[in-house]
Amino acid sequence: MNDLPFLDLTLFLPLVGALVMVLIPKRWEALLRLAALVVTTATFVASLGVLASFESGTPGFQQVTELSWIPEWGIGYITGVDGVSLWMIMLTTFLMPLCILTSWTIKTQVKPYFILLLTLETGMLGVFSSLDMFLFYVFWEAVLVPMYFLIGMWGHGRRVYAAMKFFLFTLAGSLFMLLSILYLYFASQGSAAAPTFDYRSLVGTPLALEVQILLFLGFFASFAVKVPLVPLHTWLPDAHTEAPTAGSVMLAAVLLKMGAYGLIRFGIAFFPDAARLLAPAIIALAIVGILYGALIAIVQHDVKRLVAYSSVAHLGFVVLGLFVGTIQGMSGGILQMLNHGLSTGALFLLVGALYDRRHTREISEFGGLARSVPVLAGIFLIVVLSSLGLPGLNGFAGEFLVLLATYQSYGWWVIPATFGIVLAAIYLLWAYQRVFHGAVSIEANRNLEDFRMREYVMFVPLVALIVAIGVYPKPFLERIEPSAKQIVRQLNDASVIPETRGLAEAP
Amino acid sequence: MQGALTSPVDWHAIAPELVLTAFACLVLVVDLFLAERAKWLAMPLSAIGVLATGAATLSLVGSERTTLSGSYEIDAFALLLKGLFCVIGFIVLAISFDYFRSGIRYQGEYYFLLLCSLLGGLVMSSARDLVTIFIAIELISVPGFIMTGLRKGDPKSNEASLKFFLFGVLSTAVMLYGMSLIYGLSGGATRLDRIREAIDGSGNEPLVMLSVFFVVVGFGFKISAVPFHFWAPDTYEGAPSPVAAFLSTASKIGGFVGLLVLMFKAFPEVADIWRPVFAVLATLTMTVGNLIALKQRHIIRLLAYSGIAQSGYILVALALIDPSSPGVSRQALESALVYIAIYAVMDLGAFAAAVAYARRGGTYFIDDYAGLWQRSPVLATLLTGFLLSLAGAPPMAGAWAKLFVFLATINAQVYWLAVVMGVNAVIAAWYYLAVVKRMFFEAPELEGPVEVPYFLRAVMGVAALALLVVFIYPPVITELAERSIL
Repeated sequence: MNDLPFLDLTLFLPLVGALVMVLIPKRWEALLRLAALVVTTATFVASLGVLASFESGTPGFQQVTELSWIPEWGIGYITGVDGVSLWMIMLTTFLMPLCILTSWTIKTQVKPYFILLLTLETGMLGVFSSLDMFLFYVFWEAVLVPMYFLIGMWGHGRRVYAAMKFFLFTLAGSLFMLLSILYLYFASQGSAAAPTFDYRSLVGTPLALEVQILLFLGFFASFAVKVPLVPLHTWLPDAHTEAPTAGSVMLAAVLLKMGAYGLIRFGIAFFPDAARLLAPAIIALAIVGILYGALIAIVQHDVKRLVAYSSVAHLGFVVLGLFVGTIQGMSGGILQMLNHGLSTGALFLLVGALYDRRHTREISEFGGLARSVPVLAGIFLIVVLSSLGLPGLNGFAGEFLVLLATYQSYGWWVIPATFGIVLAAIYLLWAYQRVFHGAVSIEANRNLEDFRMREYVMFVPLVALIVAIGVYPKPFLERIEPSAKQIVRQLNDASVIPETRGLAEAP
Repeated sequence: MQGALTSPVDWHAIAPELVLTAFACLVLVVDLFLAERAKWLAMPLSAIGVLATGAATLSLVGSERTTLSGSYEIDAFALLLKGLFCVIGFIVLAISFDYFRSGIRYQGEYYFLLLCSLLGGLVMSSARDLVTIFIAIELISVPGFIMTGLRKGDPKSNEASLKFFLFGVLSTAVMLYGMSLIYGLSGGATRLDRIREAIDGSGNEPLVMLSVFFVVVGFGFKISAVPFHFWAPDTYEGAPSPVAAFLSTASKIGGFVGLLVLMFKAFPEVADIWRPVFAVLATLTMTVGNLIALKQRHIIRLLAYSGIAQSGYILVALALIDPSSPGVSRQALESALVYIAIYAVMDLGAFAAAVAYARRGGTYFIDDYAGLWQRSPVLATLLTGFLLSLAGAPPMAGAWAKLFVFLATINAQVYWLAVVMGVNAVIAAWYYLAVVKRMFFEAPELEGPVEVPYFLRAVMGVAALALLVVFIYPPVITELAERSIL
């Protein structure tokens, strides 16, 4: 089983698929859709191979491929997977076929649309599986371009503005990261024989505290934009709202996770002292984000914008978990990354389904939909409940772990964070009530078509997974935990400033 | 110099130049006998000449030799650049064909002048002597003055030509003055290695600084570095667009080659003096070029200012030279070579697309690029590829060009310059994307398809493919550059 390079197969299948699709004439739209679906499904199957060969219980990287790329600069093609990246890769490959299915309603410029989606998938998977900093940076940047076009060409309303804002915000952030990466590259010269971009050799490069803080901030600039942390979040509501449904799903479910993933993989692992020192400030930002995102979400009158702001709040929980400095927090944060991907991805898909039926996203335009589309309403309710953290559904396990860990390490800081969950219940349930309950006031809402076959195919696996993680999170957590443990150890045992060591462990 | 006239000449070493000279003369003569309708034949003839020159260059690969008493050197550096000049020449010919065939007369003269200017580039690559460098830079510039004014009926073309001429002559005068000071300082040596020996430890540092300063200012005009850039946008806009493409690549690169050779061969010992000058020049050039580019509405002017900003990245390499750490200098020069090569291809690509569009159903105004994607997906995709490459975004080679300059800068520990470059890259992304945005996200205002000639389309396609290949496997270019440092 280990003989097949499932990871690299997963990584490049979408790109190869995209290249093949270039050859299909653009008139054959049905074939193009079908090809995209086949390619993404095959990618998902290949990623199941990654999952099957993954050995839980070991913290290090598995299924590593090493090829030389630019040897003279110490740049290699190195990919691998561990407990942190495994579920991100699975999340990406799982959601992509659903995105293709939801894009069945795209009628204009079908060919470039699907080619861009497939290219995007390779970019995202590359971000999660690169173990070479240069390779990582290339994939990180490569994600920008297809997403820019997806928002700009197939988006709604102020799509052009949103696309430009998305591109420039991300680019500005990532250039600071580039400088940090290059500094780290030359700093590694002392410890290894020649400077290298190999992630595994770079971890543990000794750096003075001041340098650590500067470099950490360089990475942080890039990741905090992506996550996003308040006050760098302003691109998010625009991009998420104006993007086509598949774009919104990918933005929320995967692109935001790239930021959180980067914080774990690079921010904490490379610069543990800086991370530990800055943790209280970052946690404060995360809590501000939780409350701010939730409060703004309450007053939205556009469903999609509401979901977008809810992401700001949810990602606050993720960052909170990553930086409290305990294993529960880290595991909970990582699990929450997966959960948010599923729940918010599902919410965007559902909002897309509503939009396809009514061509509006204004809450006031809906009302009483539960009568005309009972199945859609039911699924919507399950997803809403999972998003607000109802026990028994996926959102609960992650948020609970994060809050528990926050309480253990930071005591009363947990109170405002918990309040965020209350607010989530308010904005989600209130919006749900206004959309699906009450009297039907607008005639157009009376006779809407309920779920079609295509939509059942999309939502049944999604809901199954949401319930599965909620009821039985163990198989997910046990693959995350060894890696989470290792990162927390790195965070707490780093050596430059011993007086703060173990601070996070002692409440 | 006396020896140069009597010592035996290594004819093979100067074969590329001889071939190109022969073809330039041939084009001029053949043109006289061609009927008006067949004048376009000068272009295929020139293209064959460029290819033959390229072949002659290839035949020299692997050899290291000097001729003309050491003032003319054939090494990997020279060969790489000669090869690059041939590529530039070929692409410019491809851009010119459609443009000159349908409109302007003087086709034969134009191709003759183009080949002459290209010859200057080839000479510059090998020049290791003050006089040769001077001749080379003039050989590049003077045909340029005339080519710029070829659209005789257009006042803008006249203005462009005159401006270019006046600035060019002024810069030549300043440069010559600096060179004459060097000549005096070194006790009458013109060969760069002799100058280096003479200057090293001569104790005349203020005077050396003054002469270097004059030379740098002179070259500053040629490479359109800020604050010596004023002529460039007007000249590019007024000149026939293929000429603008040539000026912004071949002519500019010629200037850079001269500058690199001078600084590395003659003045490395006094690098501490001139390094800060280049750091300031690079910062100004990048920042001013980018900021002004933001406001441009004419694609050629946009490319002019973008070209100015791009020069800044090459200048960075000169601001990193450090004779005390050869590793840093080597990397700086390597990054400059990589940048120059990639810049030439992507910039020409963008010019080619702009000219093709303006000739076939469009204009030069960026507003009129709206919806180009729907009118000509191929042209829009190609232009987007070139623009993304110029912006330094994947999946094009431009990303590597910028990354290598960053790498060299961090290695030299000049962090502030790296931050300046980073900020500039974001500013630049804005105006490149503004064009992309128009092409893809807006509805077309002009009607009808855009039929790009097949030959030009093929050349652009190959250029884009090359950029893509270099992105996927950069050793193609980095290893060449590594072997080709001075």
